Amino acid sequence: MADVVAIDTWVEIRRIELAPDQRAPQVPADTRRVPLELRAKGFLAAPARLGEQAEIVTAAGRRLCGVLSEVNPAYTHGFGPPIPELSTIGAQVRSMLREQGRCK
Amino acid sequence: MIDGYASIMAQRADIMRASVGLDYTKYETGALAFDYECLLADTGYDIDTARRVQHNTAVGSTPLVELTNITELARAVAAPGKGARIFVKDEAANPSGSFKDRRASLSVHEAGRRGYPGVAAATSGNYGAAVASQAAKAGLRCIVVQEAFDSRGIAQPEIAEKTRACEAYGAEVIRLSVGPELFYVFLCVLKETGYFNASLYTPYSILGIETLGDELAQQVREQAGRFPDIVIATHAGGGNVTGTARGLAKAGAVGTEVVAASVDLSGLHMASDHDFNRKSFTTGHTGFSMPFTTWPDRADVPRNAARALRYMDRFVTVTQGEVFYITEVLAELEGLQRGPAGNTSLAAAFVMAQELEQDRIIVVQETEYTGAGKHPLAQLNLARQLGIDVTRGDPRDNLPGGRIVIPEHPSQLAVVDVDLDGVRRSYIRHAIDSLAAGEQLNDVDFTFLADETRTHRHYVEDIVNEVHGKT
Repeated sequence: MADVVAIDTWVEIRRIELAPDQRAPQVPADTRRVPLELRAKGFLAAPARLGEQAEIVTAAGRRLCGVLSEVNPAYTHGFGPPIPELSTIGAQVRSMLREQGRCK
Repeated sequence: MIDGYASIMAQRADIMRASVGLDYTKYETGALAFDYECLLADTGYDIDTARRVQHNTAVGSTPLVELTNITELARAVAAPGKGARIFVKDEAANPSGSFKDRRASLSVHEAGRRGYPGVAAATSGNYGAAVASQAAKAGLRCIVVQEAFDSRGIAQPEIAEKTRACEAYGAEVIRLSVGPELFYVFLCVLKETGYFNASLYTPYSILGIETLGDELAQQVREQAGRFPDIVIATHAGGGNVTGTARGLAKAGAVGTEVVAASVDLSGLHMASDHDFNRKSFTTGHTGFSMPFTTWPDRADVPRNAARALRYMDRFVTVTQGEVFYITEVLAELEGLQRGPAGNTSLAAAFVMAQELEQDRIIVVQETEYTGAGKHPLAQLNLARQLGIDVTRGDPRDNLPGGRIVIPEHPSQLAVVDVDLDGVRRSYIRHAIDSLAAGEQLNDVDFTFLADETRTHRHYVEDIVNEVHGKT
């Protein structure tokens, strides 16, 4: 069983807002096959375990319930490795300006 | 789930009225006509008032930068004597890093003035960060509802960055998987909190952009001695084109051509879970601009104050690969890491400059901050991960969701003109479809439709007759 996460810890919860059969009529077929899922962050309102129901207090002061999914969730977006197809553009256009005497 | 989907959607009108504090029915003048100018004017925000409000939160007064090296590059590939001067309005200098601060500023000011406890916005883009930033300054609480990840839990990197930015400004961010029911969740939030709906499509949001058009007209006149020949705005929901064009007109730049530019995402479905992460662009694309130009009243308020078809002289598309290419050029030739949004316009400007004489002036009316997630590297790495082919080649071979083709040479960049007559016809068809059963268009509606499409009454009548089979 997962360890208990302490009250006031910054966490993320997840919950299903609409099951596939509750989705809006205009939703395309591939989207209709999956539920509408919500994720929100806040401070734990009471001790809880990962994977179990929990209540949070959000930055706006709202209380939201859902399954405790992450503790201190990370920002993982970044840049990734350079893209070779972009790497030569700078040299190419600078050489064109060099011909015009506008670039060393 | 707070309440059932159908139940909340049935309360839509009441929730909206309470959350924007505007009674839109007051402005209705016909079966579908409404008094657009009166709706805007009644807010009390003329351009001087908007400028004062924005000045108090350091919004606006952004630099106008001449892109001398990109202009030279355009001249290097243009016919002799061609290659207009290209300028950019560096809107990244706004507090949260984009022109969206202008849109958020009047909404948040109005929310505070009316005594709302907080503001909420349904947006996955820069606008969320702008509302959160303005709310922080105003001491109001803020909730931003985003469409953020697909059913596999893969976040669109640009939206992940907006999540981080909104949270950095102290906002609550509700992240949702793909689907138009975001609007349902947003209504639940408004109903529960009683917050102000800082919609992108209220009069406040549009009037806040007028200062951008006004400023750039004055700045070009100061720097170059006359008004710009062309202003290009990246086009999605229509606010950018609408507000900028109105501001230009108020500055007296009535001869300036207003061009809307979008990234071509044809073939991708905007509500598709599968397509969500295959767009490589989150805004400024045809997935928004086509439906919103041909029927603006699909927004989250009863009447959209962004009505782009009234203001655009020309509407062009560029490809994904062309925008990534010009983004690199902007960084490497001008020392400006910006975008993605404004770079859609920049790609178009690079092409359109080659159509004009060298003494002409083209202005790209926005930049936005770039960074982790918002960068071509993040988008192209995700595209590759999802099996999209990324190559150098002829941009005409670009296929949204399948193949991103980055031009091999600047001479390959091109724009594709959208047939405005077709767009106007589509708008009028949507208008007729929106009529309740048995409802007839009357005089005021024909005049309204002519204003909406920048045409004449007989043009509207011809299309209405065509639709009704009376040619």
